[in-house]
Amino acid sequence: MTSTIEAPRSPYSRAPRSRGVNWEKWGWIYMRVSGVVLVVLIFGHLFVNLMVGEGVSALNFAFVAGKLTTPFWMVWDVLMLWLALIHGGNGMRTLVNDYATQRLTRGILKSAILAAVVILIVLGTLVVFTFDPCPAGSPADLLPSFCSAI
Amino acid sequence: MPEEIQSFTVTLIIRRYNPEVDDEPHWDDFDVQMYPTDRVLDALHKIKWEQDGSLSFRRSCAHGICGSDAMRINGRNRLACKTLIKDLDITKPVYVEAIKGLPLEKDLIVDMEPFFESFRAVQPFLVANNAPTDGKERIQTVAQRERFDDTTKCILCAACTSSCPVFWTDGQYFGPAAIVNAHRFIFDSRDDNAAVRLDILNDKEGVWRCRTTFNCTEACPRGIQVTQAISEVKQAMLRGME
Ligand code: HEM
Ligand code: SF4
Ligand code: FES
Repeated sequence: MTSTIEAPRSPYSRAPRSRGVNWEKWGWIYMRVSGVVLVVLIFGHLFVNLMVGEGVSALNFAFVAGKLTTPFWMVWDVLMLWLALIHGGNGMRTLVNDYATQRLTRGILKSAILAAVVILIVLGTLVVFTFDPCPAGSPADLLPSFCSAI
Repeated sequence: MPEEIQSFTVTLIIRRYNPEVDDEPHWDDFDVQMYPTDRVLDALHKIKWEQDGSLSFRRSCAHGICGSDAMRINGRNRLACKTLIKDLDITKPVYVEAIKGLPLEKDLIVDMEPFFESFRAVQPFLVANNAPTDGKERIQTVAQRERFDDTTKCILCAACTSSCPVFWTDGQYFGPAAIVNAHRFIFDSRDDNAAVRLDILNDKEGVWRCRTTFNCTEACPRGIQVTQAISEVKQAMLRGME
């Protein structure tokens, strides 16, 4: 009796070298460059939000609203948002390429990742640049101190 | 009379698979009497010759040169002929199985063809476009020879490639051994085809899939700094050859 052993993976033949932009190379470079910048941005963010002054107990609407009206922190947060989401999205793309073997599954998962990244970047950027730190009709003790000056 | 050398009973648990009768691989255990200076390969021989002749594995030189007997010993890729019993914890059974990520054929034997296919794809031979200056020899300085010395040591055992988690996922990644053998020629001053080899590996299944896990370096029985070689190939792609 002889049984045929199914090779556990697709045939040995390789697809021809793809032309155009080398996404794998640029993806690899992006992960490292964004990683270096993210170390500064993320740990700076955690340090300022959780450790400086009163630490974590200082966190409330007024604290965040105060930061989101300062151009320095707006740039910091938007940069962190874009870099981290593209970094995380590209990282998840790598994992999908590793583990999803079906063309269709790959397509669906990668589209979902792309959609999540685009939606979160658009929403996040919108929030940072259109944020209203002094919404009308809110109790003054919840708002940043500068609201009373308006 | 010289003092008698102490021997030990070692239990080996071997992952067996016979495609003609088994649907799935299964584990079989064997007790063998071994000296500390014996190797796992000797234990396999003892089992095959004295207990179960159907046990199948590859070996040729038995001295770490031919690259036939890479296998997973206690979860790590090793050459059976270079793994001494005294370096293993024999108070516990020793687990032996085929290397992972290549199609299992029988017991400890896998189909090496996907591995050799990747090896061949990087053109692992000297390509020189001009005649040597004195018509005889292509002279190299000591430093030029030293540049790629480490990667000349490869014996194509597949211990590295079959220890790589990226290779395990879908088997399409070129794998460390192919990159090591490309490195061997890319950095050889006598070779003229570095650009072609870099181009082959500068692709979706090439060096960019490497995640610097270091499993390959840990597995290599020749002590090749595999991960470093891969990084040098990446650098050559980013910065060009110096
Ligand atoms: C602290 C700053 C960070 C640094 C220095 C950093 C660095 C890196 C590097 C170098 C890689 C590539 C690994 C490789 O290909 O071998 C990577 C992968 C990855 N990163 Fe980050 N990263 C950081 C923050 C983040 C954040 C905030 C996220 C989530 C949004 C994230 C998600 C991922 C994912 C999903 C991967 C892919 C994992 C894999 O390939 O196995 N990282 N990171
Ligand atoms: S690089 Fe080392 S582990 Fe990999 S095939 Fe060559 S000798 Fe074996
Ligand atoms: S039998 Fe040749 S390398 Fe082990």
